[in-house]
Amino acid sequence: MTAKSLFDKVWDSHVVSPESDDRPAILYIDLHLIHEVTSPQAFDVLREKGLPVRRPDLSLATLDHSIPTVPIASLKDLEIVSEPAAAKQVIQMEKNCAEFGIELRNFASAERGIVHVIAPELGATQPGKTIVCGDSHTSTHGAFGALAFGIGTTEVGHVLATQCLLQRKPRSLAINLTGALKAGVTAKDVILKIIGEIGVDGGTGHVIEYAGSAISPLSMEERMTICNMSIEAGARAGMIAPDDVTYEYMAGRSMAPQGEAFDSAVRAWRKLPSDEGARFDRSVTIDVDDLKPMITFGTNPGMVVAIDQALPKSGDAAFDKALGYMQLEAGKPVLGQAVDVVFIGSCTNGRLSDLEAAASVLKGRKVADNVRLLVVPGSAPVKKAAEEKGIDKIVQAAGGEWREPGCSMCIAMNGDKVAPGKLAVSTSNRNFEGRQGTGARTILASPLTAAAAAVTGRVSDPRELMN
Amino acid sequence: MEPLIRIESKTVVMPQDDIDTDQIIPARFLTTTTKTGLGEKLFNDWRYNEDGSPKADFVLNTDAVTGAAVMVGGRNFGCGSSREHAPWALVDFGIRAVISTEIADIFRSNSLKNGLVPVLVDSETHQWLLDNPGAEVSIDLESRTLGLPDGSKIAFPIDGFSRYCLMNGLDQLGFLLESEETIKAFEEARA
Repeated sequence: MTAKSLFDKVWDSHVVSPESDDRPAILYIDLHLIHEVTSPQAFDVLREKGLPVRRPDLSLATLDHSIPTVPIASLKDLEIVSEPAAAKQVIQMEKNCAEFGIELRNFASAERGIVHVIAPELGATQPGKTIVCGDSHTSTHGAFGALAFGIGTTEVGHVLATQCLLQRKPRSLAINLTGALKAGVTAKDVILKIIGEIGVDGGTGHVIEYAGSAISPLSMEERMTICNMSIEAGARAGMIAPDDVTYEYMAGRSMAPQGEAFDSAVRAWRKLPSDEGARFDRSVTIDVDDLKPMITFGTNPGMVVAIDQALPKSGDAAFDKALGYMQLEAGKPVLGQAVDVVFIGSCTNGRLSDLEAAASVLKGRKVADNVRLLVVPGSAPVKKAAEEKGIDKIVQAAGGEWREPGCSMCIAMNGDKVAPGKLAVSTSNRNFEGRQGTGARTILASPLTAAAAAVTGRVSDPRELMN
Repeated sequence: MEPLIRIESKTVVMPQDDIDTDQIIPARFLTTTTKTGLGEKLFNDWRYNEDGSPKADFVLNTDAVTGAAVMVGGRNFGCGSSREHAPWALVDFGIRAVISTEIADIFRSNSLKNGLVPVLVDSETHQWLLDNPGAEVSIDLESRTLGLPDGSKIAFPIDGFSRYCLMNGLDQLGFLLESEETIKAFEEARA
């Protein structure tokens, strides 16, 4: 029998009808994640055609992108804090879910949050599943050995109506990460390094499988950070083989199989990892032994350097344009650059361990004058767990803002944004022009590096602040 | 959707590499719950000053764009977010095809479902197009070729099924709905 990769196995087991020259495959979807921004027009199509949602039971919906993160008592207060269009979108989501019988982790839900944080938290994300969402960071769920990818709104409609997608099988890319991470160097630094190495289009048309000695010791939250930014290398999806770390994380979660059923699921999941000799279309090896904290300096996530490294000398027109936008100088280090805003949160780094890492730097320190620190838990359960550990108090004592869950300043469509020209160090995933607000300048970094910037007021090496 | 077989138009050139969907349509305009009217916001932050006045030197504010239904973009056009608002905005503005050496996966998939033809070309053709803004080109889905002003025809790849749907104005959902029995059988076999 031919040796199969993890990706091959998940793909093959979901093919409803195989692809041919004139037909893509029909691929069955096990879990459809839905949020308020990329679904309204899809629900409209169902309405126009008089179609029901085929499998509301395989849909998981929440509010994350345009929901405000300033505390409000109830949705009735939405119009006080939100732009009218954002408020309308949230209300429309409530209506659409009610009309089509989809359970919404709504504003009042103790389980709401960023869709890519709550699905794993609930145990809905499972090895071997196909998972899609109208959001490119759906790649996050690949950390569990699921095949998870972002789709557009038309395809959201396809899944709502048929639980299937028309797809051509992407190519495969193996990324082998060797070596071991040193203290102060995190999963975020690893994925920034990878994107810097292979480029923002290095994964286009491919599904990445991350493996190697630097991957296996990582926690599920760290693995999610890596898979999350696969799309920033252009990849269709990123996957990591499930192992005991995965099963331990999943055990007892409400939507995961329980008891006997869980044991039997684990036995099936153990067959998912790539077979010895599985073929990949391409492979890349990156050693992380000497990896340092990484930061971006330009206007895409592939423009990245080590924290203490000088920027490359002037390159082409695009490089110069990016540096002009960032108001940074070619050939000089970014280290020491004055910072205006620090954002800790998002589907990349808004989980409990991320907030703990940030708190370890913030504890007993003060946010520098003129710096605004925003800490936004990725979900209501993350917020609750962090508060039980006193992280809210640490953030507030340092002078930072502790917010309600949501996408917040990563996408700047919910009231949280960086003012024009201001420099933000963010734990989010995109440093595109204007991503965090019109004219805003973004440096992507780990929670440790972001917290270090908050307390020093400058782009700083977090290792100097760690005990 | 209207059937789309052939586009004949001059080109408008956006030469930057890695044009992401946040540039094509900034996130703050994604609070819309419809598909219409996004053309006005296309490339909003490159196109308008803070007071809303158009930036005179930006290509979409010049005569270069008048009558152009074909956009030539830099490498890796449409990277970033999955927002289908990006092709919606381009189509609403009047763009029916995007030419580049590389077009990001989700953007390409979204484009094909909205009557926006993604055309991948070799670096040499691409460079010629970048150097000759306003060139009169044709994009022919029947022959899967891009026609240049010198009469040469360059073949481009396009998924056969998407091409069939574009040429016949068909919604891909119809095909999935017709496969209901097969989908049901798949579900039952797994249960």
